[in-house]
Amino acid sequence: MSMKRIDHAEASSKFIKAKDHLDFHDKRLWDLRTKRDREAEGMPEWEDLRALASAIKEHTLTHLADYLEEFERNAIANGAQVHWAKDAAEHNQIVVDIMRSRGARTLVKAKSMLTDECDMRPFLENRGIEVMETDLGERIQQLDDEPPSHIVVPAVHKLRGDVARVFSETIGTDAKNSDVHYLAESQRQHTRPYFLRADAGMTGANFAVAETGTVVVCTNEGNADLSVHLPKLYIASIGIEKVIPKIEHLGVFVRMLSRSALGSPITQLTSHFRAPRDGTEMHIVLVDNGRSERLGMPDFWYSLKCIRCGACMNTCPVYRRSGGLSYGATYSGPIGVIIDPTFNLRKYSSLPFASTLNGSCTSVCPVKINIHEQIYKWRQIIAERHQLPFVKKEAMQIAGKILANPRMYRAAVGTAGTGIDLLPRFMMYNKLNAWGKQREVPKAPDKTFRQWYLENRAKKRGKR
Amino acid sequence: MSSRDEVLARIRKNQPPPLPLPAAPAFGGPAGSKLERFKTALARMGGKLADPPADGDLDGLIARLFPKAGVICSATPEVAGNRRLDQMRQPAELDDVDVGIVRAVFGVAETGSLWLTDAQFRVNTLGFLAQHLVALLDPARIVLDMHHAYRERSQFDARYGVFMTGPSATADIEGILIHGAQGIRTLTVVLAAA
Repeated sequence: MSMKRIDHAEASSKFIKAKDHLDFHDKRLWDLRTKRDREAEGMPEWEDLRALASAIKEHTLTHLADYLEEFERNAIANGAQVHWAKDAAEHNQIVVDIMRSRGARTLVKAKSMLTDECDMRPFLENRGIEVMETDLGERIQQLDDEPPSHIVVPAVHKLRGDVARVFSETIGTDAKNSDVHYLAESQRQHTRPYFLRADAGMTGANFAVAETGTVVVCTNEGNADLSVHLPKLYIASIGIEKVIPKIEHLGVFVRMLSRSALGSPITQLTSHFRAPRDGTEMHIVLVDNGRSERLGMPDFWYSLKCIRCGACMNTCPVYRRSGGLSYGATYSGPIGVIIDPTFNLRKYSSLPFASTLNGSCTSVCPVKINIHEQIYKWRQIIAERHQLPFVKKEAMQIAGKILANPRMYRAAVGTAGTGIDLLPRFMMYNKLNAWGKQREVPKAPDKTFRQWYLENRAKKRGKR
Repeated sequence: MSSRDEVLARIRKNQPPPLPLPAAPAFGGPAGSKLERFKTALARMGGKLADPPADGDLDGLIARLFPKAGVICSATPEVAGNRRLDQMRQPAELDDVDVGIVRAVFGVAETGSLWLTDAQFRVNTLGFLAQHLVALLDPARIVLDMHHAYRERSQFDARYGVFMTGPSATADIEGILIHGAQGIRTLTVVLAAA
């Protein structure tokens, strides 16, 4: 994975130029947000559920080691084999070792953000293992050699014409036919033989239940169940923060997950894999990859409550108008902005600035993560550690000095006529400034509030 | 030190001060018939509903619902079908099934979901490789919501269990909803007392 610093504003400019894509992307994600609102408003207990979900997660994370040990104990008693990976490299090595030692060469897999985070696919492919993504959106992205742009709808930045192009070049569909039913049916027909002959199947997990050792996977397409029920070998990759204490807690999370993600009451399939069927093996890989370090970060451990619904992405005006790929990270949108810097502060130092701090992400989050407050805190850390891009830093230093001094502020505002001209124009509209780039800053009023106040109210009172 | 011990030690070192586990929730849910709510939710999720045949002939009903079906495979003794499950050696052998038949353990009014386990499917791929699935549901066995569903605690000792809500679906291209993604193309629920 490249260590080069991501420039979110620069990366998003390409997306913004494709107007049809931008308009559709914005509309589609806002539609998901609207459907989510309808569900939330239809349930009088919604806010109670959010509070419960948040408290269950906080309790679990503050007792995480005990719950992981309980989960492991029960999974082993169920007949599963449990592996621990401290980082992405170890996770990938465990998976390849399991497969090789059983002579397995083909893997059908359901969508898993964790395996994307670990960059697992190229690792396995370079070692002679054929990997088939079976979720439609994830498969489109695999065939186009692009990462997913959204954690729930991986190809949401593509239009049907893009999919027709990708499929015609890779799985032999008619390039002129961009009918959505035709494209989806083509993928179904193309994928099915892989399910039937695959040596191994893989899923991620939405929840791992400590009480029973159960792996819970929420999907719509049926691909996760096909990936598990056909091959003789099943591998589940699970981030350590996915554990919850008891079966009864699933009621709280399952009621909120799909409502928050897609605005549907539940996913078509909520699958509970507790034990392997006769004659097969079930392996569980528990992955840390930075999570235990994040748990020790006083302001940021709350991000581990995330259930990956994507509601914060759908509601975010910056995400909707810049596209997930512009973040240059596995996790994009507001949740990505607060998680990514824990992986690499320098590489992702521009991401906490890809936000208006409007707080909408926080108010839709089903587990009450204070996302926008964390974004603000990341900005402070990045500024302190001098990871700010040059222009943002210079502008803020000048603004900081002037705002700190009322007399200098009045002089600057009064003489320049507008608050915005506080910053020299070359600084507002030069090539590097994200804020001036895609729009003209609105024209400021002719008078400042203070000038208006002095002329009107203060005069009337006969003061000054 | 193994990775396991290293990860657990780091978690123990970094865990924030303990916070309490809140009590299990109990919400009332809206007034009205659970059966009517189930029907509405099922339709919304793309599922179909069929009344039980007056003469009790479920095989006849399935023949009427799927006149072109070749292979009909039933996991419940209430329907004969024409393919026997007990001859199955490999789960992939169900690839040619047109219609699968199964009896659900219970339904969920809130979401229109059915609870099914490996005991009902007998071969789990019946619910995913078949083109169409017919599920029998006792209308007396419908619980209020997902909280009540997860209180059927012994059900979750099954090796595999699933809340199936309508047929498989995708909206991954331009948000256009398609029923019949990778799994079953249609789900028909027949309200038939057990």
